[in-house]
Amino acid sequence: MTVRVQEADFDVGAELARLTDGNKRIGGLAVFVGLVREMHVREGYHRDRIDALTLEHYPGMTETALQDIEAEANRRWPLEATLIVHRYGRMEPGERIVLVAVGSPHREAAFEACEFLVDWLKTKAPFWKLEDTPKGEQWVGAHEEDDAAAARWEKT
Amino acid sequence: MKIRYFAWMKRTVGVAEEEVTPPDGTDTVGDLVVWLRSRSPGHAEALAEGAAFGAAVDQRTATFDVKLAGAREVAFFPPFTGG
Repeated sequence: MTVRVQEADFDVGAELARLTDGNKRIGGLAVFVGLVREMHVREGYHRDRIDALTLEHYPGMTETALQDIEAEANRRWPLEATLIVHRYGRMEPGERIVLVAVGSPHREAAFEACEFLVDWLKTKAPFWKLEDTPKGEQWVGAHEEDDAAAARWEKT
Repeated sequence: MKIRYFAWMKRTVGVAEEEVTPPDGTDTVGDLVVWLRSRSPGHAEALAEGAAFGAAVDQRTATFDVKLAGAREVAFFPPFTGG
C-alpha cells in the first residue's frame, strides 16, 4: 500500500513496474490515470476553455485521507498491491493529475477496487481545483455525479 | 488553537491561518463557526449559514456537532474537488 502526494509528474510505466516487482500473486492490474482536460463543461452545456489548473491540498490531512481510503479498499477486496499518486500545484491541459493502480489475483477485484478508490478520493480527500480560464480564475464546484458515484460504495 | 482556511474560503477570510482563543462555551465545531463569524466581514461571508463548507478537527473530517476539547487545529474548506 502506497500513497504519495507530490508536485512533480510521474512515470506510469515505472510506477507500475515498481508496484508489481517481485509479486507473482498479482494476476491483474487495473489502472486509472486522471488528466487535465482543456474544457470544463458547466451546467451540462456551457463550455469554458481551461488554460491551466492549480490543485491546492491540505498537507498532512491529504495523506491521512488517502491512506484511509486505501485501507478501506484493502478491507473490501483481496488486493496484493495498491498505489495512489496525486499531484498538486499548477498543471496544463494534457498533464497527468492522478494515478490509481490496483493489483489483485483476479481482475474483478482489481477493476472494482480501482473504481472505488477513484470515486472516494474525489469526494473524501482534501483537494481543490482552481481553473485558469480566459475569463479569469474560477474554483471548481463539487459535482453531484461525483457524490452519487461515491455513495454507491457506502455500506448499507 | 490554529484555524486554517482553504481554497476560496482562504481568499474570502483574507488569511490562510490564524491563532485564536475562543471564549468559554465554545464547545463544538458549530459553536466555533458562530464565534468566528464575528471576527470580520470576510469571516462572516465565508462561514455564512447555508454556505457549502466542511470542517476538519486535527486533520480528520468533522461534522459541526464534533467536540473541540483538546483540538489543536481546526480547518474549514469547500467541498473537495480532487481526482
